[in-house]
Amino acid sequence: MLYREAGQFKTNYVADSAIFPLRQDRIGLGLIIIAAYALAFMGSDFLLQAVLIPFLVFSLASIGLNILTGYTGLLSLGTGAFMGVGAYACYKLMTAFPEVNVIVWIFVSGFFSAAIGALFGLPSLRIKGFYLAVATLAAQFFLQWCFIRIPWLVNYNVSGALDAPLRTLFGTPIMGPNATPQTRYLVVLTIVILLTWLASNLVHGRIGRMWIAIRDMDLAAELMGIRPLQTKLLAFAVSSYYCGVAGALLVFLWYGGAEYDVFNINQSFFILFMVIIGGLGSLIGSFFGAALIFILPIVLGIVLPAMLSPFGISVGADVIEHLRFMIVGALIIFFLIVEPHGLARLWQIGKQKLLVWPFPY
Amino acid sequence: MRAPDNPVFAKGDVLLAVENVSLGFGGVKALTDVSFDIRKSEIRAIIGPNGAGKTSMLNCINGFYYPTEGRITFKGVKRPKMRPYEAARGGIARTFQNVALFKSMSTLDNIMAGRSIKMDSNFFWQLFRHGPAMKEEVAHRRFVEEIIDFLEIQHIRKTPVGRLPYGLQKRVELGRALAMEPELLLLDEPMAGMNLEEKEDMSRFILEVNQQYGTTIALIEHDMGVVMDLSDRVVVLEYGRKIADGTPSEVKGDQRVIDAYLGVAH
Repeated sequence: MLYREAGQFKTNYVADSAIFPLRQDRIGLGLIIIAAYALAFMGSDFLLQAVLIPFLVFSLASIGLNILTGYTGLLSLGTGAFMGVGAYACYKLMTAFPEVNVIVWIFVSGFFSAAIGALFGLPSLRIKGFYLAVATLAAQFFLQWCFIRIPWLVNYNVSGALDAPLRTLFGTPIMGPNATPQTRYLVVLTIVILLTWLASNLVHGRIGRMWIAIRDMDLAAELMGIRPLQTKLLAFAVSSYYCGVAGALLVFLWYGGAEYDVFNINQSFFILFMVIIGGLGSLIGSFFGAALIFILPIVLGIVLPAMLSPFGISVGADVIEHLRFMIVGALIIFFLIVEPHGLARLWQIGKQKLLVWPFPY
Repeated sequence: MRAPDNPVFAKGDVLLAVENVSLGFGGVKALTDVSFDIRKSEIRAIIGPNGAGKTSMLNCINGFYYPTEGRITFKGVKRPKMRPYEAARGGIARTFQNVALFKSMSTLDNIMAGRSIKMDSNFFWQLFRHGPAMKEEVAHRRFVEEIIDFLEIQHIRKTPVGRLPYGLQKRVELGRALAMEPELLLLDEPMAGMNLEEKEDMSRFILEVNQQYGTTIALIEHDMGVVMDLSDRVVVLEYGRKIADGTPSEVKGDQRVIDAYLGVAH
């Protein structure tokens, strides 16, 4: 009864084209953001470090890939590599110019990956679908090769690994071994909220419509005056920007250090699955997808032993691990059969039903 | 909406001229030596039996194909080889034989997407959805709402077009083409698969677009009744060649046209 459209009249076009036209949605969003910030002070270090920070990082990367694959319809398997470009660029920038605040460099590093992404997006004018996916594989392998073979990228570090130096914001360490999970979580959360807001503005405006037009019917889009190459390259650039920032966050604010190996093809697939499960062409779906693929296995790992022990069944960690894979796999198949458009569509249907509840329509 | 007032191209001047156009794909000739013109503010029909080259002709006009021989002049300038989006920016809009809407978008967004070429607020403002970006969005929304009123599709404004019945989809597609404020509107079988009532509605919209805004219209249609009633002049193609050109009554009486449509006794 609380979730109703009734009585909310739009008297101008600005209000009518608002991203969240329902007052209840706006309140709900506000509460979620407040709760997310509150978790920084109430959650345990384990929750922040092992669950929420990676969840946010993967959500951001999923938003990036969703802009490309979900909104513009261009399949890419280079996500891992584009994340890597962001991470390596961030490392080079913050070690070369340590006096500039690292937050600035995190945002700037995205531009490097945007440029590389746009470069590898050039074939998209001619090829699409699976063939484009194979073309982006070139980016994945070539860039990963660069990460291994160009020692300059890691400042000739003997181990060949990226490590997070100590960096502060307003005197508080936010990066490096001394930074607490709490401060890192707050930084990641703020960056993710900001970038999600910007992405939401983009996809709801002219540029978003052009992207969707290219995805739904590229021929008609071109005959309406939409330049295909520019629109697709813009999608590649924006998408890679998000992936790049996510990559920098992943290495420096979550892992605290990493080797080239984190940016391998598995990472690309991992993000792609999140986007598909969450819902192609949906920003909230990116969060759902990241939650299902990343958080669910962790939850199962904790819940399963607790569920089995009352029955006197004690199983080894390896069995739990296998069970986890089986359950997550089965759930993925279940969700894809129930709603091929992903969790975001389920969410949308649920909200639609709630609007008219208790009546069917 | 207001009519684009162009002093050089008054009503009746030749807006687009097709001169000796041939189009071949390897050994297959889709068009052979076709010439005709389209005058400002007229409704020009292109008819012919299946496979006569009507859609190929439209594809040449809006830059999707480039003629192998001959030339097309638009607004007195010879058309260079161009990409379709350049033709669109030059003022040519079209609808498709099979509806080519953006299925997942709402009616409103589809028509707004048609305004993309008129919108130019930069990326920075788009990011924040404020200032010039929002001002532009509202200004174009106002224009799009006029089109929605004109086509009487207010009730489906926010419905994803994939869910609409065929007749309404065709109407939305017309709306999307109108959003471009084209000087020349190409309609490829706007009434295919419609029932009588829908055909009457569509005919009314086509006539109103033509009369209120002075938009020049070239249309392909198989329903002879519609063609004869709507169009000012008709060009008839058969096997890629032009066999007749003139007012509906002239064309109707032409022996070659009758033969093409009814067959010849051997």
